[in-house]
Amino acid sequence: MVVILDYGAGNLASVLRAVEYLGHAAMITADPDILRRAERVIFPGVGAAGETMRHLRQAGLDRVLAEDIFAAGKPLLGICIGIQVIFARSEEDDATCLGFLPGEVRRFPREGGLKVPQIGWNQVRFVRPHPLFAGIEDDSEFYFVNSYYPVPAEPEHVLATTEYGVTFTSVVGCRNLVATQFHLEKSGRVGLKMLDNFCRWQPE
Amino acid sequence: MLTRRIIPCLDVRAGKVTKGIRFKDNVDVGDPVAMARLYYEDGADEIMFYDITASPEGRGIMIEVVRRVAREIFIPFSVGGGLRSLEDMRAVLLAGAEKVSVDSGAVRQPEIIREGARRFGRQCIVLSMQVRRVAPSAQVPSGFEVVIDGGRVPTGMDAVAWACRGEALGAGELCINSIDRDGTSAGYDIPLTAAIATRVGIPVIASGGAGTPEHIYEACTAGRADAAIVASMIHYGRWTIAGIKERLAAMGLPVRRHW
Repeated sequence: MVVILDYGAGNLASVLRAVEYLGHAAMITADPDILRRAERVIFPGVGAAGETMRHLRQAGLDRVLAEDIFAAGKPLLGICIGIQVIFARSEEDDATCLGFLPGEVRRFPREGGLKVPQIGWNQVRFVRPHPLFAGIEDDSEFYFVNSYYPVPAEPEHVLATTEYGVTFTSVVGCRNLVATQFHLEKSGRVGLKMLDNFCRWQPE
Repeated sequence: MLTRRIIPCLDVRAGKVTKGIRFKDNVDVGDPVAMARLYYEDGADEIMFYDITASPEGRGIMIEVVRRVAREIFIPFSVGGGLRSLEDMRAVLLAGAEKVSVDSGAVRQPEIIREGARRFGRQCIVLSMQVRRVAPSAQVPSGFEVVIDGGRVPTGMDAVAWACRGEALGAGELCINSIDRDGTSAGYDIPLTAAIATRVGIPVIASGGAGTPEHIYEACTAGRADAAIVASMIHYGRWTIAGIKERLAAMGLPVRRHW
């Protein structure tokens, strides 16, 4: 059972539909007790860092994610806001975040006519091999909607990068944790393939 | 590099695609879900549904279409046509659309853009506008005037000013439809698209007039558009989306190649 975390925002139903379409059992929950017992967790969503952290703390989901999922070695996938709040802090709302990985989240520069948010399909270049990338061509395009991007402090956490005014990290990974800045659930067949890879992934 | 999006637009009336559309034999002609799936499989980057029914019964049918599309198609799609309230927007988004587009309703009630952006996020709100060329005047200095209600009613509003106001109110994208070019296959109105795209910091979608890949190339280069709507050129089987993208890539325009 794939548990999709509901923290009071975001379009969770689209992630649920995609996971179910792939033939995996899934559910959406906001209940810390159900989350605690999950075997595999997706932390999806659209939203702002400050608001997301407030919801997570209020519901006690931050500690469950940290202790019972991330530290317990269970496969955890962050999508969009889910790649941003796993770092220590974000420029968005000047938020203190979960801190699973060292690093921070920055806003795209406004200069040079760069449109912010980035909306659309952008190429993802693999930097390091990962089971998440099985069967997917390097430089495949995925669907992004983001104004902020992660800046990991540890280069070995960078799994893939993308160009938008700057070269930014679009996929990170560390042990049982992976996260993508793009929306796997809206990225057509390649997105579904990556989502399926996550649902089958057994971290060592 | 961010690619330019190719977006097929399907006009839906009472749950059926209206324009006579020629498809392969295995597609139920007129079924918006089957057509959307065909375009999805052919490499569409996004799909736009425009509900031209705009009656309460029509709305219910459209919501059911949106639900079915969302179960089968895993790219973003937007729904527009007759959305007048936050409730209308919410119903469409909950059914699985990624974005809503507002048009005449936003001209009558601009606050719907701000409220929609606040409630659902700016990335969800597309401000769509129908524009025609007029002689430049004090009221319409750019010579591009916004018209509403299916292009029938002039508003006296300048399209460039309305685009800037829409961005300030919270629109996440702008879809600029040229009434003069719509259905002509003679190419997009490039000066119109450029006039708006150079003034705003949000993505601009060019619409109306696409007949060849060269038209799309022009819209995305001289016209500065981030995305282009295609309708007749693909509906009548003259072009496939894959074929369009191949030509655009050969011309050097960044397009999505993996699907």
